[in-house]
Amino acid sequence: MTAAGLRLRATAGSEWIKFRSVRSVPAVLIATAIVVVVGGVLVAAGFRSGWSTMDAADRAAFDPTFQSLRGVELAQLFVGTLGVLTVTGEYTSGLIRTTFAATPQRAQVLVIKGLILGAVVWVLCTVASFVAFFAGQALLTAPARHASLGDPGVLRAVFGGGVYLLLIGLFGVAIGALLRRTTAGVAGLFVIVLVLPIAVALVPGDLGAQLNEYLPSTAGMEFWTVVPAGDHTLGAWPGLAVFVLYVVAAGVAALVLLRRRDV
Amino acid sequence: MIEAHGLTKVYGDTTAVDGLDFQVKPGHVTGFLGPNGAGKSTTMRMILGLDLPTAGAVTVNGQRYQGKVWPLREVGALLDARAVHPGRSAYNHLHSLAAANGIARARVDAVLDEVGLTSVAGKRVGGFSLGMSQRLGIAGALLGDPAILMFDEPVNGLDPDGILWIRTLMRALAAEGRTVLVSSHLMSEMALTADHLLIIGRGRLLADTPLGELIARHSAERVDVRAADGPRLAGDLRDAGAEVTVEPDGTLRVTGLGSARIGEVAAAHRHVLHQLRDVTASLEEAYFRLTDESVTYRAPAPESVVGARA
Repeated sequence: MTAAGLRLRATAGSEWIKFRSVRSVPAVLIATAIVVVVGGVLVAAGFRSGWSTMDAADRAAFDPTFQSLRGVELAQLFVGTLGVLTVTGEYTSGLIRTTFAATPQRAQVLVIKGLILGAVVWVLCTVASFVAFFAGQALLTAPARHASLGDPGVLRAVFGGGVYLLLIGLFGVAIGALLRRTTAGVAGLFVIVLVLPIAVALVPGDLGAQLNEYLPSTAGMEFWTVVPAGDHTLGAWPGLAVFVLYVVAAGVAALVLLRRRDV
Repeated sequence: MIEAHGLTKVYGDTTAVDGLDFQVKPGHVTGFLGPNGAGKSTTMRMILGLDLPTAGAVTVNGQRYQGKVWPLREVGALLDARAVHPGRSAYNHLHSLAAANGIARARVDAVLDEVGLTSVAGKRVGGFSLGMSQRLGIAGALLGDPAILMFDEPVNGLDPDGILWIRTLMRALAAEGRTVLVSSHLMSEMALTADHLLIIGRGRLLADTPLGELIARHSAERVDVRAADGPRLAGDLRDAGAEVTVEPDGTLRVTGLGSARIGEVAAAHRHVLHQLRDVTASLEEAYFRLTDESVTYRAPAPESVVGARA
């Protein structure tokens, strides 16, 4: 193995030990999976019991796949916070100095932190999305409509739940590395993911809706949606691309500053 | 070997470290001494590549720290004992550091044993006392068996047992031929541990000297004399070329003449001496004098303390 390869493997080994040796991490991950599944079950059960009161337009716009994955909306706060904490936890305790003294290759540390968190979140949340999907569809008995994996766009959307949460986790890592404080990082992430869509909705007329479709969370959400939610939607793959662009931009900014800033 | 050339760090309007030139050599405990805020920690962070110098450079074994692939095998440092994740066990903390530098896992057990933490290796470090955290930090510094060790204020907050342990350890490490750099704001501590001193104040190097030389330079500074007829003796000593001040209790404070010469002058003028005493300035005083003008943060001194020191 080359010297660079050995260095990379050592960083990965070290970060993996750190990741798995703190109890709060598995606790948050388990909570995330439960929220995805329970959220989907509750929303599906709600639509089934309320189906008779829905009008024709609502029934036509009903997206059984998306609704069974609605737990993702709450789970993103867990995953995003975990991403922020992965970095800011080291800054607030001062451990980051020990980390960078052991591994002066700072960019490597941040990228590997992101990859480890991302891989774990992706596997776990993909499984949770499938469980939520199947449980949700099972609850959506006739006359309510339900979806099956073979329907157009459905498989992509169910995988989309895991991919979206993976990207939210990486977004959290990047924002955490940029802001370096837990409170600032979590607040920053929540503002971008939760507050911005609401704020943009207050913009009068069509402009609000046009802006909204380019917001990170709205664009990313397209990737786990089957039935478009309105006139202003980017669609699954363009939506994913826009969201990825935000995450990459935040990540690059974090890496550039990481090299320049004192710790 | 640590070498700094014109090392400078500026934060906004504040120059924390101002053109430091020094070398820290193997086989000695080098004390890095200065008042709080003198720039000791900033300098140590620059040595470790954590803070970037505004100007100048510092190298470790002839190379910038940032360029090292396995730094823990060359340099071990304890900056802040509390800089650990409280939820992680001592063992896992050290294991993650060892893994980051390709250090064998057996070293984790070895250093835990060396600092006496084997029995609590599996406990979460959030519950550790300051003394235990300090030992864990030192275990981390020793992990890669490095030839260079740096400790930032290692005895702060320790009980006498812990202080003695750290002192003995640092001397043992230097005796093995390692380079040991220890920062402190306490001269009394450094006098017991260090062979060589780098004294800084307001970011500037005030002294770079072996401890023995500092003691020699500041010893036998004055002689205190008490005599049956003090005022007359004062006059005779002044005639012999001394500078004499008379204390309120009648003691003569003599500089410029050694105690032997004072005795001869006294005998020649048939004085009855009650006391003739060499007064050695303590290292603490020498240090105060060196850093007096460079203390950044100081409370107004109570009158009585000023009187006692003067």
